Amino acid sequence: MNIVVCIKQVPEVTDAELEITKDGTDIDKEDLEMSINEWDNYAVEEAVRIKEAHGGKVTVVTLGDEDAEDVLRRALAMGADEAILIDEEDFEGSDAVGIAKGLYAAVKDLDFDLLFTGVQSSDDAWGQVGLLMAEWLELPFASLAVKIELGQGKALVQRELEANTLEQVELPLPAAVTIQTGINEPRYVSIMGIRKVRNIEIQQRTAGDLGLSDMEIGEQGSHVAQRRLSLPEEGEGAEILTGSLDEICERAAQIIRDRGGVA
Amino acid sequence: MKEILVIAEHRQGELRDITMEILGLANQLAQAHGLSVTGVFLGADASPFSQTLARTCDRILVVEDPGLDNYNADPYLLVLAQIISQQQPYLTLLGHTAMGMDLAPALSARLAIPLVTDCVGLAFPRDCLEASRQVYGGKVNALLRMKPSSQYLATIRPGSFSVDLAQDKTATVEKLPSPSWEGLKGRRFLGYLEPEVEDVDISEADILVSIGRGIGKPENIPVAEAFAEAIGATLSCSRPVADKGWLPKSRQVGTSGKTVRPKVYIALGISGAFQHQAGMKNSGTIIAVNKDPKAPIFKVAHYGIVADLFQVLPMLTEKFKKS
Repeated sequence: MNIVVCIKQVPEVTDAELEITKDGTDIDKEDLEMSINEWDNYAVEEAVRIKEAHGGKVTVVTLGDEDAEDVLRRALAMGADEAILIDEEDFEGSDAVGIAKGLYAAVKDLDFDLLFTGVQSSDDAWGQVGLLMAEWLELPFASLAVKIELGQGKALVQRELEANTLEQVELPLPAAVTIQTGINEPRYVSIMGIRKVRNIEIQQRTAGDLGLSDMEIGEQGSHVAQRRLSLPEEGEGAEILTGSLDEICERAAQIIRDRGGVA
Repeated sequence: MKEILVIAEHRQGELRDITMEILGLANQLAQAHGLSVTGVFLGADASPFSQTLARTCDRILVVEDPGLDNYNADPYLLVLAQIISQQQPYLTLLGHTAMGMDLAPALSARLAIPLVTDCVGLAFPRDCLEASRQVYGGKVNALLRMKPSSQYLATIRPGSFSVDLAQDKTATVEKLPSPSWEGLKGRRFLGYLEPEVEDVDISEADILVSIGRGIGKPENIPVAEAFAEAIGATLSCSRPVADKGWLPKSRQVGTSGKTVRPKVYIALGISGAFQHQAGMKNSGTIIAVNKDPKAPIFKVAHYGIVADLFQVLPMLTEKFKKS
């Protein structure tokens, strides 16, 4: 069972003070910590577990700058066997389609039974890349997977629907599946673990190597003409309780009592 | 006249709310720009829904086939690709739901039509589509102007537009034949799975104390439990806590979990992704505790405490023990 997993390095934004860059097209990532996209971490874990149960190999692919090697090394430490880094240089200004084209070109000739991506990335949250690839590869697919069972050339996938409901679908292999968080418990990755895989060669690709022209990727290949980011306005929403911690708690306790909290 | 196509969504015999929300948006856009609204229904039998749809559409296209009763990307893609190729609508709308998220990217790839997902607003300034979305976990708003195109696809975030029942249109239903099922890729729908048996039904609770990623580790949960007990509340959680298995899935509030509307909802260390907000924003009084003042949860909360929840909780619990 050979599995290809597409992953992405994203900035950690929870608890971070975000600022928009001067040109208004992105956030300032200078001081932000970078890590593997949460959905992709589950996807790598799922692939490695399937390999451990059924044999085969796991190949991880990312599109990013040289620092993105970190997420590939992390995936190798989790148990992936091979890693491909697509140089993002010619992809600047790409929308989901441009990113998907790069990944598609890098994986289309690989020999695999399953293609995994996360459901979405935490930064742009397009939720498109894995399914665009599936369609170009002419593969059956299922999104939002929270359980995968394999047998007899088929994958039994549980998809997460709304309102605490799941559906079960069957896909003949090869197939593409996008992975939802919570599908497994991703293993801990230690610094020692990452050191152990430091000698595994990371295969490098450029847009040119992959036969992609400027027309297909980057700004020219993007469907988006202009992107303007802004921070939500201050002062909307909650009344923020102020004062000493004791005063704040007293006030909060009063609100809870007034609204029916049992004393 | 240019057309907006709205793909209706139904499950287990019920039209999903998202369909009427998108029709609300579609009618707004149609009135502003002189467009017409066409509803598209794929299923085994359209008759239970056609009256509702007829009031809010100018035209309804229906494909009835037993194979379309339950959503399945394979046949749905085949039928919708054919309809969109024939009708050439200016804009096709789906929900950003388990169905629309599954279907829209593949549809966009198959037909080479630009797609914007998870939109909270759409407009057409100067003949191109402009979409409002949220990025970076809901902490940043993005306004995207798309390049000119003769056709666009968009998925709409549930809860972004109000259900449209005010229209008094009288659309006629046009039945289209099922296509030949050539080109199916073998995906099969096997069935729905019943939710697991639950220890507690959080949607019945008057007061919920809900914990999120900020709880840090399972060893910290007793602190929240002690507080919940002191005020007579039930413990619930956001997605990351259920994902990690710290509380059962049946305690999860949000789109894929339970929708709740208790008298008091206390969100502890919950950043407030829209999927979570969708499950609790109609609660009577919402109090949020988060150390990040920019956490999206403060947008829907009535009262906010910007502080470390581990400093707040013991003191707050104490306030109830004394009295």
